[in-house]
Amino acid sequence: MSEQKYKFLSTPRRPVEDRRFVAGRGKFIADLDRPNMLHVAPLASHYAAAVINGIDASAALAMPGVVDVITGAELAAAVEPLMNGLNTPNVRRFPLAVDRVRYAGEWVCAVVAESRALAEDALEKIIVDATPQPFILDAEAALLETSAPVHPEHGSNLLLDRKFVWGPVDDDFEAAAHSLSFSVTWGRNSTVPIETFGVLAEWNGWDQMLDIWASIQMPKYADQIARSLNLPSNAIRVHYDVDVGGSYGVKRGIKHSVLVGYIARKLGCPVRLIEDRLENMRAGDAHGPERKFDITIAFDQDGTVRSMKMRALDNAGAYAGRAPFQLGKPISAIVGPYQINSVAYHALSVTTNKTVQEAVRGFGQAPTNYAIETAMDRVAEYLGMDRLALRQKNLIREDQFPYLIPSGSYYDSGDYHAVIDKVLAAADYPAMLAERDRLRDAGMMAGIGIAACLEPSGGNSSFEPLLNESNQTSTWMESCQVNIDALGKVTARIHTTSSGQGHETLVSTVLGEVMQIDPELIRITRPNSLESLPGNSPVGSRMAIMLGGAAARAGEKLKAKIMAIAAHRLGVAIDQLRYEGGDVLAHDGRCLGWDEMVELAHRQYHNLPDGMDPGLASFDIMQVPTGDALPVNDKVQMYPCYSFEFHLLLVSFDPIIGRPDIHSYFIGHDCGTVINPAIVSGMTYGGIAHGIGAALFEEFAYDANGQLLTQSFLDYLMPSSHEVPAIQIVKHCTPSPHTVFGQKGSGESGYLGAPAAVSGAINDAVSGLGIHFEKLPIRMSAISDAIAAKTS
Amino acid sequence: MNDVTLTINGKPVSGVTEPRVTLLDYLRDVAGLKGTHAGCEHGVCGACTVLIDGIAVRSCLMLAVQAEGVDITTIEGIGGSGAHAGELGVIQDAFCETHGLQCGYCTPGMILTAEALLSVNIDPTEHEVREAISGNICRCTGYVQIVEAILLAAKRLGQRNDAATSDTTVA
Repeated sequence: MSEQKYKFLSTPRRPVEDRRFVAGRGKFIADLDRPNMLHVAPLASHYAAAVINGIDASAALAMPGVVDVITGAELAAAVEPLMNGLNTPNVRRFPLAVDRVRYAGEWVCAVVAESRALAEDALEKIIVDATPQPFILDAEAALLETSAPVHPEHGSNLLLDRKFVWGPVDDDFEAAAHSLSFSVTWGRNSTVPIETFGVLAEWNGWDQMLDIWASIQMPKYADQIARSLNLPSNAIRVHYDVDVGGSYGVKRGIKHSVLVGYIARKLGCPVRLIEDRLENMRAGDAHGPERKFDITIAFDQDGTVRSMKMRALDNAGAYAGRAPFQLGKPISAIVGPYQINSVAYHALSVTTNKTVQEAVRGFGQAPTNYAIETAMDRVAEYLGMDRLALRQKNLIREDQFPYLIPSGSYYDSGDYHAVIDKVLAAADYPAMLAERDRLRDAGMMAGIGIAACLEPSGGNSSFEPLLNESNQTSTWMESCQVNIDALGKVTARIHTTSSGQGHETLVSTVLGEVMQIDPELIRITRPNSLESLPGNSPVGSRMAIMLGGAAARAGEKLKAKIMAIAAHRLGVAIDQLRYEGGDVLAHDGRCLGWDEMVELAHRQYHNLPDGMDPGLASFDIMQVPTGDALPVNDKVQMYPCYSFEFHLLLVSFDPIIGRPDIHSYFIGHDCGTVINPAIVSGMTYGGIAHGIGAALFEEFAYDANGQLLTQSFLDYLMPSSHEVPAIQIVKHCTPSPHTVFGQKGSGESGYLGAPAAVSGAINDAVSGLGIHFEKLPIRMSAISDAIAAKTS
Repeated sequence: MNDVTLTINGKPVSGVTEPRVTLLDYLRDVAGLKGTHAGCEHGVCGACTVLIDGIAVRSCLMLAVQAEGVDITTIEGIGGSGAHAGELGVIQDAFCETHGLQCGYCTPGMILTAEALLSVNIDPTEHEVREAISGNICRCTGYVQIVEAILLAAKRLGQRNDAATSDTTVA
């Protein structure tokens, strides 16, 4: 096992961040106060669609403590529209509605006051004269030419309409013995962090500097603010030493940040906006994908799956943002872990009068995995074949890696069959089957869920040039700086905020491993954006690979310098030396200790090799492995690494009540070399919990008037400790050939397969009744109603 | 505006505040104790949990003026402070040991809920732990390592009590 190769890596070590969090000493955005700080409260639209005729804020402005009321018209005259991922210049989005509102909850104007409470009081005094307009909520309806466009200037609701054909789809369908079609829908949910989004901006006119603190997880955040506010990018200083209270993709409050930045600059004082829960749910612009899949799959009598046609229609909500790209990432694993020879993919994204979509854990991969895994279950059902055997027959074999999938990506490594075998053994699968049947005999509905899927990781963003030809970005980097000070202590800098991923632990562990010094002794700091090297933030399950990679490479550069200093000092060739525990040993027994090397580097220039710079500092800016080309013929290598997970669970429920009880949950997980076992396990457990929520509970549901019904934690239900069972992780390690230690990503693990697996278990439980649940979440009421309809 | 004096972590704290201010906002904005976190502000998520006379209570559902005359414990009252900052309580240490957290936002509420549980049940079953924290939502961990942490803390507290008891016997 690889674990024994390392001194610190893959060993059980306490994450360093945990100490401050268990003491309540994290530094979250709402914990930051600035002198004379003003507070913002936005006014929400009552209508799903309306034309704004006028806003009367005079009564609000007359209230004590109210400083200003900002409207969309004022903002639109002063700032540039927020960035869209696709070329949709007429889908313009500003932080506040301009002329018309496009979803219920959209911000119409914003009150600035001396306290948040006063700002909220003033909201009630604002009179908005608005004329309701026709609106559209359903994505299929939004496609119709008769439907009113959410953005009339854009001319239709279509944001993305791309058809890809990878491989001989028609031939494969022709040759296949069977085909079947079905539709499934992934309901609109999100990650809903317990901390809402917040941002604090402060303008200093003497320095011409806008300081920003935010609970942010977003690539190129400072650049986007600069562009919108028409400020030089070096006049934006984002402070990365803010702890983010959960994100899992969604903390991208660009509209909040531009609004607050504008107000701070206008008024010349610090301004803070912290969403309350209602704002977060309805207008945080942080809903996840809502996606309908129409799938036709071609297969042979022996279970060999030959080809797949997938139409994926995503409901992006009222503005474009990056939502359509969430149809792009799944292209990198469009066949899942299976040998499917060809694929036709039709990706559609439309605007509707719902809350705006943002990146959610997996960036669209979890819905697609749900569709693929449902297809595998349906094929097995059609053929009367065992679901597990069907998967095992179609899985890519260990000897086929690197494996090229039809859409152009190579899967790096894996041993899917071995992982599944381990899980089956750990779970005692025959006993699990027997327990299912025993429960059925006792009158319960019982089912076993099975799902196998991949976690594309490493996070380049080649879906951008793939879906938008004018986007020529192939660079997707991360960086790290390391300094050894004059007393020999090591400090490393990382250039992003963290939201629970343990980046400080990641970097100190990796550097400790490379430098062979105790990670506990390494200090990690997070400077602001102006003091940082370029990076792309923790998205796309990339930081173990990219930040870990950059830290390791920066450490290796330091080690190389130390060896060069030692070689010069001892008068021997570098290859006659070896580095051990921070000291350098010569083959003849002489040794230069760490402190001596530090002394040479920092104080004895006269003893350094000719031309060598003094000091011991290094940095590394690392490009994503394999990310070296733009798409050609609709194909591109997307992610460098592919983690594998296999879910197996047993569920039962009373046929009348329909409340699923998860008896046991096993996951086989292979994310290559693990940096910190507790962090990886924690993310996997948490991903499964989130996936259980997506499968059974969580949905942003709208009524026929376009009003969000689930806008509090009383009706948007998230799994508690009762709904998440004890989970057993079965570990496996297939190192990636592309990364410094063989690590792959794990930040989205669990979530990518749990919804499919839980859905499979519920469907297995009702299979005897001929019921198929075709939409997530599968609520208790849906289960009991469907059973009642079949049995009454 | 009201003069409100509360007993927080054993010390009196005075401030002038509106009657409508919640205990949560008083703790954060008046007392300056930022470890108590706002999550939903409607009593569901448990991020704002504090102890009132040893019982876990949601500080977002209670007004500051209602909290006069009771003993309030926040996360800042657990473990070391001042010159002893950095010394963890047993439950805090167990959360670090099992990594019973990720982003740290729900963590103070979780730990105080665990404190309340273990103060009345020194040897809880896994089910009892799950029951106790079922009003605290965590979006990061899936609760697995939190349950492990609380069971570990219970075990360690039990061992400490056993040791104390045996010491007494010897004495």
